[in-house]
Amino acid sequence: MTARAVGVILALMACSCAAPPIAEETVVVLPGPDGKTGAVVVQREGARQVLDQPYAANVVRADGRSEGARFSEQQVNQSFGATLSALPARPTAFLLYFLTARDELTAESTSDLDKVLADMKTRPVPDIVVIGHTDSVGTADANDKLSVQRAERVKGFLTGIGIPSDRIRTAGRGERELLVPTGDNVDEPRNRRVEINVR
Amino acid sequence: MRWTMTAILCAFAAAVWADDVGQVKLTKGAVHVERGGQRLPAAVGMPIQQSDTLVTGADGTVGVTFADNSLLSVGPNSVLAIDKFAFDPGTHEGQFDASLKRGTLAVVSGKMVKQSPDAMRVKTPASILGVRGTEFLVKIAEPGT
Repeated sequence: MTARAVGVILALMACSCAAPPIAEETVVVLPGPDGKTGAVVVQREGARQVLDQPYAANVVRADGRSEGARFSEQQVNQSFGATLSALPARPTAFLLYFLTARDELTAESTSDLDKVLADMKTRPVPDIVVIGHTDSVGTADANDKLSVQRAERVKGFLTGIGIPSDRIRTAGRGERELLVPTGDNVDEPRNRRVEINVR
Repeated sequence: MRWTMTAILCAFAAAVWADDVGQVKLTKGAVHVERGGQRLPAAVGMPIQQSDTLVTGADGTVGVTFADNSLLSVGPNSVLAIDKFAFDPGTHEGQFDASLKRGTLAVVSGKMVKQSPDAMRVKTPASILGVRGTEFLVKIAEPGT
Protein backbone atom coordinates (compact mmCIF):
# COMPACT_ATOMS: atom_id res chain seq x y z
CA MET A 1 0.00 0.00 0.00
CA THR A 2 1.39 3.38 -0.95
CA ALA A 3 1.75 6.18 1.53
CA ARG A 4 -0.78 8.07 -0.55
CA ALA A 5 -3.42 5.32 -0.20
CA VAL A 6 -2.85 5.17 3.57
CA GLY A 7 -3.31 8.92 3.65
CA VAL A 8 -6.64 8.66 1.85
CA ILE A 9 -7.84 5.91 4.20
CA LEU A 10 -6.78 7.91 7.24
CA ALA A 11 -8.54 10.97 5.87
CA LEU A 12 -11.73 8.93 5.33
CA MET A 13 -11.53 7.53 8.87
CA ALA A 14 -11.00 10.98 10.31
CA CYS A 15 -13.98 12.14 8.31
CA SER A 16 -16.31 9.45 9.61
CA CYS A 17 -15.05 9.98 13.17
CA ALA A 18 -15.68 13.70 12.93
CA ALA A 19 -19.34 13.23 11.90
CA PRO A 20 -21.38 13.98 15.03
CA PRO A 21 -23.28 10.95 16.35
CA ILE A 22 -26.99 11.31 15.70
CA ALA A 23 -29.76 10.16 17.97
CA GLU A 24 -30.77 6.58 17.28
CA GLU A 25 -34.35 6.45 16.04
CA THR A 26 -36.77 3.55 16.11
CA VAL A 27 -40.21 3.33 14.49
CA VAL A 28 -42.38 0.24 15.15
CA VAL A 29 -45.81 -0.48 13.68
CA LEU A 30 -48.29 -2.32 15.91
CA PRO A 31 -51.25 -4.48 14.96
CA GLY A 32 -54.56 -2.79 15.78
CA PRO A 33 -57.09 -4.24 18.26
CA ASP A 34 -58.94 -5.82 15.30
CA GLY A 35 -55.72 -7.62 14.30
CA LYS A 36 -55.27 -5.45 11.21
CA THR A 37 -52.05 -3.53 10.77
CA GLY A 38 -51.98 -0.17 9.01
CA ALA A 39 -48.86 1.38 7.54
CA VAL A 40 -46.31 4.07 8.28
CA VAL A 41 -44.17 5.52 5.53
CA VAL A 42 -40.72 6.43 6.85
CA GLN A 43 -39.03 9.10 4.73
CA ARG A 44 -35.45 10.07 5.29
CA GLU A 45 -33.11 11.92 2.93
CA GLY A 46 -34.80 10.67 -0.20
CA ALA A 47 -35.10 7.06 1.04
CA ARG A 48 -38.56 5.72 1.71
CA GLN A 49 -39.59 2.61 3.62
CA VAL A 50 -43.14 1.38 4.15
CA LEU A 51 -43.79 -0.47 7.40
CA ASP A 52 -47.02 -2.44 7.05
CA GLN A 53 -46.47 -5.71 8.92
CA PRO A 54 -47.17 -6.28 12.63
CA TYR A 55 -44.12 -5.21 14.67
CA ALA A 56 -42.16 -4.19 11.55
CA ALA A 57 -39.56 -1.59 12.50
CA ASN A 58 -37.11 0.84 11.02
CA VAL A 59 -34.02 1.78 12.99
CA VAL A 60 -31.55 4.58 12.30
CA ARG A 61 -28.25 3.83 14.00
CA ALA A 62 -26.01 6.48 15.57
CA ASP A 63 -23.71 6.35 12.51
CA GLY A 64 -26.63 7.26 10.24
CA ARG A 65 -27.16 3.75 8.89
CA SER A 66 -30.79 2.81 8.53
CA GLU A 67 -32.12 -0.75 8.61
CA GLY A 68 -35.32 -2.73 8.75
CA ALA A 69 -36.05 -4.86 11.81
CA ARG A 70 -38.81 -6.81 13.45
CA PHE A 71 -39.62 -6.39 17.12
CA SER A 72 -41.10 -8.99 19.42
CA GLU A 73 -44.04 -8.08 21.64
CA GLN A 74 -41.66 -8.38 24.58
CA GLN A 75 -39.16 -5.91 23.07
CA VAL A 76 -42.03 -3.49 22.45
CA ASN A 77 -43.05 -3.70 26.09
CA GLN A 78 -39.46 -3.23 27.25
CA SER A 79 -38.82 -0.17 25.12
CA PHE A 80 -42.28 1.40 25.14
CA GLY A 81 -44.12 -0.02 28.18
CA ALA A 82 -44.34 3.27 30.07
CA THR A 83 -45.46 5.13 26.94
CA LEU A 84 -48.11 2.55 26.04
CA SER A 85 -49.50 2.58 29.58
CA ALA A 86 -50.27 6.30 29.14
CA LEU A 87 -52.32 5.76 25.98
CA PRO A 88 -55.92 6.89 26.61
CA ALA A 89 -58.80 4.41 26.28
CA ARG A 90 -59.92 4.00 22.68
CA PRO A 91 -62.93 6.02 21.55
CA THR A 92 -66.01 3.79 21.32
CA ALA A 93 -69.58 3.99 20.06
CA PHE A 94 -72.67 2.27 21.46
CA LEU A 95 -76.24 1.93 20.24
CA LEU A 96 -79.25 1.62 22.52
CA TYR A 97 -82.72 0.87 21.14
CA PHE A 98 -86.12 2.21 22.19
CA LEU A 99 -89.76 1.12 22.34
CA THR A 100 -92.11 2.50 19.67
CA ALA A 101 -92.92 6.19 20.05
CA ARG A 102 -91.45 6.33 23.55
CA ASP A 103 -88.27 7.28 25.33
CA GLU A 104 -88.10 3.89 27.10
CA LEU A 105 -85.32 1.41 26.28
CA THR A 106 -86.12 -2.06 24.95
CA ALA A 107 -85.55 -4.93 27.40
CA GLU A 108 -82.35 -5.92 25.59
CA SER A 109 -80.94 -2.41 25.62
CA THR A 110 -81.84 -2.05 29.28
CA SER A 111 -79.41 -4.87 30.02
CA ASP A 112 -76.83 -3.44 27.56
CA LEU A 113 -76.99 -0.14 29.42
CA ASP A 114 -74.97 -1.63 32.28
CA LYS A 115 -72.11 -2.42 29.89
CA VAL A 116 -72.21 1.11 28.50
CA LEU A 117 -72.16 2.66 31.96
CA ALA A 118 -69.32 0.35 33.04
CA ASP A 119 -67.23 1.53 30.08
CA MET A 120 -67.97 5.18 30.86
CA LYS A 121 -66.84 4.72 34.46
CA THR A 122 -63.37 3.60 33.32
CA ARG A 123 -62.76 6.94 31.56
CA PRO A 124 -61.44 9.70 33.81
CA VAL A 125 -62.73 12.70 31.82
CA PRO A 126 -65.00 11.34 29.08
CA ASP A 127 -66.16 13.45 26.15
CA ILE A 128 -69.59 12.07 25.30
CA VAL A 129 -71.87 12.83 22.37
CA VAL A 130 -75.39 11.38 22.54
CA ILE A 131 -77.50 11.49 19.37
CA GLY A 132 -81.15 10.43 19.35
CA HIS A 133 -82.99 9.00 16.33
CA THR A 134 -86.48 7.75 15.50
CA ASP A 135 -88.11 5.54 12.90
CA SER A 136 -90.22 7.16 10.18
CA VAL A 137 -93.63 6.67 11.87
CA GLY A 138 -95.25 10.02 12.72
CA THR A 139 -94.54 13.58 11.65
CA ALA A 140 -91.03 14.93 11.21
CA ASP A 141 -91.66 17.50 13.95
CA ALA A 142 -92.86 14.94 16.46
CA ASN A 143 -89.85 12.77 15.64
CA ASP A 144 -87.45 15.67 16.15
CA LYS A 145 -88.87 16.09 19.65
CA LEU A 146 -88.87 12.38 20.39
CA SER A 147 -85.26 11.98 19.27
CA VAL A 148 -84.18 14.79 21.60
CA GLN A 149 -86.16 13.18 24.45
CA ARG A 150 -84.41 9.87 23.83
CA ALA A 151 -80.99 11.54 23.85
CA GLU A 152 -81.85 13.41 27.06
CA ARG A 153 -83.06 10.17 28.63
CA VAL A 154 -79.67 8.57 27.96
CA LYS A 155 -77.90 11.66 29.24
CA GLY A 156 -79.91 11.18 32.45
CA PHE A 157 -78.55 7.63 32.83
CA LEU A 158 -75.01 8.97 32.41
CA THR A 159 -75.35 11.85 34.85
CA GLY A 160 -77.02 9.33 37.19
CA ILE A 161 -73.68 7.51 37.57
CA GLY A 162 -71.90 10.75 38.31
CA ILE A 163 -70.71 11.95 34.90
CA PRO A 164 -70.83 15.76 34.93
CA SER A 165 -73.45 17.03 32.49
CA ASP A 166 -70.97 19.46 30.90
CA ARG A 167 -69.09 16.46 29.53
CA ILE A 168 -72.17 15.27 27.60
CA ARG A 169 -73.49 16.86 24.42
CA THR A 170 -76.89 15.77 23.11
CA ALA A 171 -78.61 16.19 19.77
CA GLY A 172 -81.76 14.83 18.14
CA ARG A 173 -81.71 13.91 14.47
CA GLY A 174 -85.38 12.91 14.24
CA GLU A 175 -86.03 10.61 11.28
CA ARG A 176 -83.30 12.16 9.08
CA GLU A 177 -80.65 9.50 9.56
CA LEU A 178 -82.35 6.14 9.39
CA LEU A 179 -79.93 3.34 10.20
CA VAL A 180 -82.07 1.04 8.04
CA PRO A 181 -83.43 3.00 5.08
CA THR A 182 -87.23 2.74 4.84
CA GLY A 183 -90.13 4.68 3.31
CA ASP A 184 -92.23 7.03 5.42
CA ASN A 185 -94.35 5.64 8.28
CA VAL A 186 -92.43 2.40 8.62
CA ASP A 187 -92.12 0.86 12.09
CA GLU A 188 -88.47 -0.23 12.11
CA PRO A 189 -87.05 -1.11 15.55
CA ARG A 190 -83.42 -0.62 14.46
CA ASN A 191 -84.10 3.01 13.61
CA ARG A 192 -85.41 3.81 17.11
CA ARG A 193 -82.03 4.31 18.67
CA VAL A 194 -79.58 6.51 20.49
CA GLU A 195 -75.97 6.60 19.43
CA ILE A 196 -73.41 7.22 22.16
CA ASN A 197 -69.91 8.25 21.15
CA VAL A 198 -67.33 8.45 23.87
CA ARG A 199 -63.73 9.59 23.80
CA MET B 1 -83.17 20.78 5.88
CA ARG B 2 -80.41 18.20 6.07
CA TRP B 3 -77.81 20.84 5.16
CA THR B 4 -79.15 23.22 7.76
CA MET B 5 -78.87 20.54 10.45
CA THR B 6 -75.36 19.62 9.34
CA ALA B 7 -74.37 23.27 9.48
CA ILE B 8 -75.88 23.62 12.95
CA LEU B 9 -74.10 20.49 14.17
CA CYS B 10 -70.77 21.73 12.76
CA ALA B 11 -71.20 25.14 14.32
CA PHE B 12 -72.07 23.45 17.59
CA ALA B 13 -68.98 21.24 17.47
CA ALA B 14 -66.78 24.20 16.56
CA ALA B 15 -68.19 26.27 19.42
CA VAL B 16 -67.57 23.50 21.92
CA TRP B 17 -63.98 22.96 20.83
CA ALA B 18 -62.99 26.57 20.04
CA ASP B 19 -59.16 26.62 20.11
CA ASP B 20 -58.97 23.29 21.89
CA VAL B 21 -57.89 20.46 19.64
CA GLY B 22 -57.42 17.82 22.29
CA GLN B 23 -57.48 16.98 25.93
CA VAL B 24 -55.16 15.43 28.50
CA LYS B 25 -56.71 12.16 29.70
CA LEU B 26 -53.89 10.65 31.72
CA THR B 27 -50.82 12.10 33.35
CA LYS B 28 -48.20 10.70 35.69
CA GLY B 29 -45.06 12.25 37.18
CA ALA B 30 -43.56 15.50 35.93
CA VAL B 31 -45.43 16.73 32.83
CA HIS B 32 -45.94 20.23 31.55
CA VAL B 33 -47.27 22.01 28.53
CA GLU B 34 -45.37 24.86 26.90
CA ARG B 35 -47.81 27.38 25.46
CA GLY B 36 -46.82 30.83 24.20
CA GLY B 37 -43.67 30.95 26.31
CA GLN B 38 -45.44 29.72 29.45
CA ARG B 39 -44.90 26.42 31.25
CA LEU B 40 -48.22 25.07 32.44
CA PRO B 41 -48.36 21.96 34.63
CA ALA B 42 -50.38 19.28 32.82
CA ALA B 43 -53.49 17.97 34.55
CA VAL B 44 -56.20 15.49 33.60
CA GLY B 45 -58.92 17.33 31.69
CA MET B 46 -56.58 20.09 30.50
CA PRO B 47 -57.34 21.23 26.94
CA ILE B 48 -54.54 20.99 24.38
CA GLN B 49 -54.17 23.56 21.61
CA GLN B 50 -52.34 23.80 18.33
CA SER B 51 -48.70 24.92 18.90
CA ASP B 52 -48.56 23.40 22.38
CA THR B 53 -45.47 21.38 23.28
CA LEU B 54 -45.72 18.46 25.72
CA VAL B 55 -42.66 17.99 27.91
CA THR B 56 -42.15 15.09 30.31
CA GLY B 57 -39.56 14.55 33.03
CA ALA B 58 -37.73 11.33 33.92
CA ASP B 59 -40.85 9.92 35.63
CA GLY B 60 -43.43 11.62 33.40
CA THR B 61 -45.98 10.20 30.96
CA VAL B 62 -49.02 11.83 29.40
CA GLY B 63 -51.92 10.65 27.22
CA VAL B 64 -53.97 12.95 25.00
CA THR B 65 -57.11 12.47 22.87
CA PHE B 66 -57.78 14.70 19.85
CA ALA B 67 -60.94 15.98 18.21
CA ASP B 68 -60.75 13.43 15.39
CA ASN B 69 -60.31 10.53 17.87
CA SER B 70 -56.54 10.33 17.34
CA LEU B 71 -54.74 9.24 20.49
CA LEU B 72 -51.18 10.05 21.52
CA SER B 73 -49.09 9.18 24.52
CA VAL B 74 -45.65 10.46 25.37
CA GLY B 75 -43.15 8.56 27.53
CA PRO B 76 -40.54 9.82 30.01
CA ASN B 77 -37.87 12.42 29.06
CA SER B 78 -39.74 13.46 25.94
CA VAL B 79 -40.58 16.59 23.98
CA LEU B 80 -43.49 16.53 21.52
CA ALA B 81 -44.69 19.61 19.64
CA ILE B 82 -48.22 19.78 18.22
CA ASP B 83 -47.28 21.83 15.13
CA LYS B 84 -50.65 21.81 13.43
CA PHE B 85 -54.07 20.38 14.10
CA ALA B 86 -57.11 21.15 11.99
CA PHE B 87 -60.17 18.92 11.70
CA ASP B 88 -63.55 19.37 10.09
CA PRO B 89 -66.03 17.16 12.00
CA GLY B 90 -68.43 17.28 9.04
CA THR B 91 -66.12 16.05 6.27
CA HIS B 92 -63.44 14.44 8.49
CA GLU B 93 -60.81 16.30 6.53
CA GLY B 94 -57.89 17.77 8.37
CA GLN B 95 -54.19 18.03 9.00
CA PHE B 96 -52.21 16.82 11.99
CA ASP B 97 -48.47 17.55 12.20
CA ALA B 98 -46.47 16.74 15.29
CA SER B 99 -42.71 16.72 15.98
CA LEU B 100 -41.03 14.37 18.39
CA LYS B 101 -37.83 16.18 19.39
CA ARG B 102 -36.77 13.53 21.88
CA GLY B 103 -38.07 10.59 23.88
CA THR B 104 -40.88 8.19 23.00
CA LEU B 105 -44.30 8.51 21.40
CA ALA B 106 -47.24 6.16 20.83
CA VAL B 107 -49.84 7.06 18.18
CA VAL B 108 -53.27 5.67 17.30
CA SER B 109 -54.48 7.55 14.25
CA GLY B 110 -58.03 8.87 14.03
CA LYS B 111 -60.80 9.85 11.64
CA MET B 112 -58.84 12.29 9.47
CA VAL B 113 -56.35 9.60 8.44
CA LYS B 114 -59.25 7.30 7.51
CA GLN B 115 -60.59 10.12 5.33
CA SER B 116 -57.29 11.05 3.68
CA PRO B 117 -54.11 9.01 4.13
CA ASP B 118 -51.75 12.00 4.01
CA ALA B 119 -53.50 13.93 6.77
CA MET B 120 -51.10 13.02 9.59
CA ARG B 121 -47.32 13.40 9.77
CA VAL B 122 -44.88 12.94 12.60
CA LYS B 123 -41.46 14.53 12.25
CA THR B 124 -38.39 13.31 14.08
CA PRO B 125 -34.86 14.75 13.94
CA ALA B 126 -33.97 12.38 11.07
CA SER B 127 -37.26 11.39 9.44
CA ILE B 128 -40.77 12.25 8.39
CA LEU B 129 -43.37 9.59 9.16
CA GLY B 130 -46.48 9.50 7.00
CA VAL B 131 -49.34 7.80 8.80
CA ARG B 132 -51.58 5.52 6.74
CA GLY B 133 -54.07 4.61 9.42
CA THR B 134 -52.42 2.68 12.15
CA GLU B 135 -50.85 2.36 15.55
CA PHE B 136 -47.16 2.91 15.91
CA LEU B 137 -44.35 3.80 18.26
CA VAL B 138 -41.37 6.11 17.87
CA LYS B 139 -38.29 6.36 20.04
CA ILE B 140 -35.39 8.77 19.83
CA ALA B 141 -32.46 7.64 21.95
CA GLU B 142 -30.03 10.36 22.95
CA PRO B 143 -26.48 9.72 21.69
CA GLY B 144 -24.60 7.62 24.19
CA THR B 145 -27.71 6.14 25.79
